[in-house]
Amino acid sequence: MPCDGGFIVRPKSFYHEQEKRARHRRLIDRAFRWLGMILTVTTLGVLGVLLLNLAMNGLGRIDWNFLTSFPSRRAGEAGILSAWVGTLLLMLVTASAAIPFGVAAGIYLEEYAPKNRMTDFVEINISNLAGVPSILYGLMALGLFVYQFRFGQSLLAGGLALACLVLPIVIVATRESLRTIPSSIREAAFALGATRWQAVWHHLLPYSTGGISTGVILAMSRAIGESAPLITIGALTFIAFLPPAPLIAHAPFVSGEWLFSPFTALPIQMFNWVSRPGEEFQSNAAAAGLILMVITLSMNAAAILLRKRAQRNITW
Amino acid sequence: MNSSSPNPRAGTEPPTAGSPEAIKVQIQGLSFFYGNHQVLRSVSMDVPALKVTALIGPSGCGKTTLLRCMNRMHDLYPGNRYVGRIVVQPDGTDIIAPEVDPIQVRMRFGMVFQKPNPFPKSIYENVAYGLRLQGVNQRKELDEKVEKALREAALWDEAKSRLHQMAHNLSGGQQQRLCIARAIATDPDVVLFDEPTSALDPIATSKIEELIVELKKRVTVMIVTHNLQQAGRISDMTAFMYLGELIEFGETNRMFTNPAKPQTEDYISGRFG
Repeated sequence: MPCDGGFIVRPKSFYHEQEKRARHRRLIDRAFRWLGMILTVTTLGVLGVLLLNLAMNGLGRIDWNFLTSFPSRRAGEAGILSAWVGTLLLMLVTASAAIPFGVAAGIYLEEYAPKNRMTDFVEINISNLAGVPSILYGLMALGLFVYQFRFGQSLLAGGLALACLVLPIVIVATRESLRTIPSSIREAAFALGATRWQAVWHHLLPYSTGGISTGVILAMSRAIGESAPLITIGALTFIAFLPPAPLIAHAPFVSGEWLFSPFTALPIQMFNWVSRPGEEFQSNAAAAGLILMVITLSMNAAAILLRKRAQRNITW
Repeated sequence: MNSSSPNPRAGTEPPTAGSPEAIKVQIQGLSFFYGNHQVLRSVSMDVPALKVTALIGPSGCGKTTLLRCMNRMHDLYPGNRYVGRIVVQPDGTDIIAPEVDPIQVRMRFGMVFQKPNPFPKSIYENVAYGLRLQGVNQRKELDEKVEKALREAALWDEAKSRLHQMAHNLSGGQQQRLCIARAIATDPDVVLFDEPTSALDPIATSKIEELIVELKKRVTVMIVTHNLQQAGRISDMTAFMYLGELIEFGETNRMFTNPAKPQTEDYISGRFG
């Protein structure tokens, strides 16, 4: 490079070349921006069209009667009462099983378990469990809960099958929100003489409730749309009665009888209607799908809000 | 102070030559291992009661490791091994004996950490937590002890009007004083400070230093510090450590003006470290 009085003197062609290369790089940059935008819009567009299609086909069907009627052979009189009650009760069973087991396993793995090959093995397999096809959980539940434990084709068996399915999600969410708590907080508690359990119960769990609840809600919104495991264990598609009420008039005022009741759920009801001929049943299916979609989206929204709130309240 | 008196024990001397004072903690031949890595090499020193004892030395010399032996903090992590004894007076308990419950030890040895680490709870609940762990449930007793601790930590005037607000609304220096209040609320025998001012500005630092000097009227203090001036300002005794060994231990004035070991002199005069 020729040098003149401390300045590097470059031929004009050098700057020309540099400018050309910069233009080329800017082009790639802009191309990716557009590509990304198009792909994002396409993805959202598919979801939008799906929702729109459901709404156009089903919105007209949704009224009070649709929510309060049992399924019927006549499409115009059919409703989703037994389906949404079934879904609600299923979620109750799933949550009551998945939350304590999942949170306890997450706490154990994160706070108690020694770090060795055994726990590494367990850890990998929990991630693997999250990837097991849901129908396999159905098969397992059929063998274990329905036949071995003699729960029958009941809400209990269905709820437990779904709980197994979403257990890994709850475990991972618990571990991740515990991991965001700095070790200095644990040490502060231990230095005052707390046991591990006291550190968990007084500090780690309260500080990670936001993250754990977010994970639980996401797990539930996954479970609520599942149909394969429920069909596998033999959920009925035509149910014209409600399970026995959990609250009864005489002592002890609660009854577990409903747990052993046959059931149907929203996705199954929907599946049943979709497989029938006839325009009207299709719009029934679309209406049920729309309701399922609204439930799922509002659960996700609740999860996002909860996460935002939890982050705002706790700082380290 | 009689710095010219010959010292029979290599590198150590009794707290004040001539007038023997109460010893709070006797560290005897303490070695510590992380897995196969030896971090402390047969450290022996007598920590005097109601004095401030500073641990100084370059990074990685083992001073923080030594401090965290005192409240069995290492027990929280796998792969630790203690050799030797740490005897607390007047009861003569060896706190690193395997049959001694680390939780009991931690109730006698309070600790203040490098970075202020208040719980994301109210100021009141932060100070009360140690008391609650020790079974204090009566509102009146809690109120009294929380106030006393906050007064001793020179935080009462700033905090009394907002005891039930989140601790994180306090400034960094106030948070550290809150952590001190939390540590002293349960009346521990010894308070361990692990570089308590390294995350603070000079004004907050000087408040903490004043506080530590004030604290020694009723509690024995051990402090790890990187700041030699700080050790000089607030400590009565200084221990200089290097590569896991206790090189020299003696009265701070004597250590800083007339160190017995060349390594101590090199470190204190800034030739290494």
